Amino acid sequence: MTSSMTHGSTLQDTPLLEIDALLDDPGIRIIVCCGAGGVGKTTTAAALGVRAAERGRRAVVLTIDPARRLAQSMGIDLLDNTPRPVDGVEGDGELHAMMLDMKRTFDEIVEAHADPSRARAILDNPFYQSLSAGFAGTQEYMAMEKLGQLRARDEWDLIVVDTPPSRSALDFLDAPKRLGSFLDGKFIRLLMAPAKMGGRAGMKFLNVGMSMMTGTLGKLLGGQFLRDVQTFVAAMDTMFGGFRTRADATYRLLQAPGTAFLVVAAPERDALREAAYFVERLAAEEMPLAGLVLNRVHGSGAARLSAERALAAAENLDEGRIVDQGAGKAAERGSTGSSPTPSAVEPDSEYPYEPKPEPEPESEPEPDSESGRPSAPPTSQLTAGLLRLHAERMQVLSREQRTRDRFTALHPEVAVTEVAALPGDVHDLAGLRAIGDRLASGGLPAGAG
Amino acid sequence: MSRLQVVSGKGGTGKTTVAAALALALATEGKRTLLVEVEGRQGIAQLFETEALPYEERKIAVAPGGGEVYALAIDAERALLDYLQMFYKLGSAGRALKKLGAIDFATTIAPGVRDVLLTGKACEAVRRRDKQGRYVYDHVVMDAPPTGRITRFLNVNDEVAGLARIGPIHNQAQAVMRVLKSAETAVHLVTLLEEMPVQETADGIAELRAADLPTGSVIVNMVRPHVLDEEAVRSAGTAGRRKDIARSLSGAGVSGAAGLVGPLLEQAAEHAQRVELEREQRAALEALELPAYELPLLSEGVDLAGLYQLATELRKLGVDTGADAGGNAQ
Repeated sequence: MTSSMTHGSTLQDTPLLEIDALLDDPGIRIIVCCGAGGVGKTTTAAALGVRAAERGRRAVVLTIDPARRLAQSMGIDLLDNTPRPVDGVEGDGELHAMMLDMKRTFDEIVEAHADPSRARAILDNPFYQSLSAGFAGTQEYMAMEKLGQLRARDEWDLIVVDTPPSRSALDFLDAPKRLGSFLDGKFIRLLMAPAKMGGRAGMKFLNVGMSMMTGTLGKLLGGQFLRDVQTFVAAMDTMFGGFRTRADATYRLLQAPGTAFLVVAAPERDALREAAYFVERLAAEEMPLAGLVLNRVHGSGAARLSAERALAAAENLDEGRIVDQGAGKAAERGSTGSSPTPSAVEPDSEYPYEPKPEPEPESEPEPDSESGRPSAPPTSQLTAGLLRLHAERMQVLSREQRTRDRFTALHPEVAVTEVAALPGDVHDLAGLRAIGDRLASGGLPAGAG
Repeated sequence: MSRLQVVSGKGGTGKTTVAAALALALATEGKRTLLVEVEGRQGIAQLFETEALPYEERKIAVAPGGGEVYALAIDAERALLDYLQMFYKLGSAGRALKKLGAIDFATTIAPGVRDVLLTGKACEAVRRRDKQGRYVYDHVVMDAPPTGRITRFLNVNDEVAGLARIGPIHNQAQAVMRVLKSAETAVHLVTLLEEMPVQETADGIAELRAADLPTGSVIVNMVRPHVLDEEAVRSAGTAGRRKDIARSLSGAGVSGAAGLVGPLLEQAAEHAQRVELEREQRAALEALELPAYELPLLSEGVDLAGLYQLATELRKLGVDTGADAGGNAQ
């Protein structure tokens, strides 16, 4: 069973994540790619968008800060907050792409929901300027806002979202709630209190808390800061309900059946641990997980040759070469060994023991080099190099397999698709298309055994 | 020699691992280092295979030669409560503030306050002295936010100083900034020999320089050995050569050699392509004109033993941990 497979038996037990079925399902309107930093979320989101469009859907990809060349490959190298059509997509569908401009999104919300003079006051407020320029949670919140806006326009039948490179993958889910609850929470009401409270009954406690707090914060931050915040809060007052309402609506949208979450990970310990957290968290939030995209998985067409055997063989060749190069020296070591069984090179045996297991009958390079005789030493050197390279690859494979198995053991129910590692980066639609093919084919193109 | 080493890097490049290895490497011969975590991910605890770190400094490792590594996971909320306690003797009023949401506001929403608390705590550890007037920690290593956020994270004190124009937070921000912009601090960026991390590193360096923050070194992580050069691979493809390789393989004791030549050459071609890409990325890094160090890829992944191995590598490289040799140890 393990013979020509690059991965062990677990793959057969794990449900396969059917990407094409997902992309073709007209009921699916939103796909959210999430996962730790550096695992290829953005590229995955872009590749899904291209594939969806080429399978006939009207798709839009919302990316967060893509690498420049990836952005260029979709024609969105200029920072832009509105979806632009992507040229070069084949087939009946359409692809739009946009890059989130967090500050612009925030500004637009303010402009849309406040009268001009009030909007001006907010936009000029120093507290607002800092808040909107991206402190904890703003980017996550604005990504959610943008998603809500795109969905509300109903112009696309599939929205693919790349999530922000959060401190923790969970921030994406937490931030909107946090900002929402901050914006109409107790604290804000307290800050507003002096302006609107007017001596209502039951406010006494709040007043005490209020004066203690503003007193303390005022001392700590300086009075001006607190006044800035209060001005900001007063100006934003009419918008707070809207923030909360939209955040809640977007949150419910993410729980709806039309949404599918894809957790993206690389086959590395940290990334998969983060993926496991996310899987658990999505379940707790009742958000629909479609499956795991395991990115940059290594394969080998020569997987039946183990790392140990490859290294042993490479050593054989090296020792043979030493012998070839300096025929005299071989004699010095007084070997011409009795009868080394070719494969029985103890892994820990350095040349002191068996310096010459190699001069086995047909392994001697020189006698049977019909092509061009003395090419033998470079060939054995090259072959040894190929074997070492293979050994390294096999070590990577088994490490990836182990980390993957650990994840599967914890979450056997999660469907998985594997994406074979590419030697280089992706810079164009063709590259994204190739990633899409790999995403859809599920297993590794392991090559002929 | 800088006493505060800030380690950043693109996500996935192993910055936490490098920060931990650096803390171990600096803890030689009786030296004591503090490894600080500011993002609440408990990455340090996982690396050192201990349980989650509380908000207190505790010894987590002993380095060869008797050095000690302490670790601290800074929690912004706790740091703020401590701070209020220290300056205002708040006591239970702190809990009331927490209930009202003021602490949450200050640590998660209020611009920069969180970052002042985090960097402030690290700077305090850098400056702390014992009764004899000696530094408590010879070095402080900070596992900092990723490259995309590092300049804002470190520079936020300026921003706070602008917002909170008077008061203790303002003063604190100014004091922290003095440490961060001095030769006592060096900001290192961890990268891989891949296009996106290198690009992000270059952008990060430019931002740090523009903000007048002291850049340290570039640490290239997970470098794979170069087993074959391109020329060897190119020469390998010819038909005659394939036969030779097959023969050579079976001669070395590999069975079914004929079927292996193709896949092996394919892997070699990928390897050669990588080598070429890595050459380009190295050149891009060289253009940054910063000291660069390379750490090998550990084929077994990073466990505790691997961490010590990386620390040894860093020591061998004689990692230059400061922008300048400041030497203000007194």
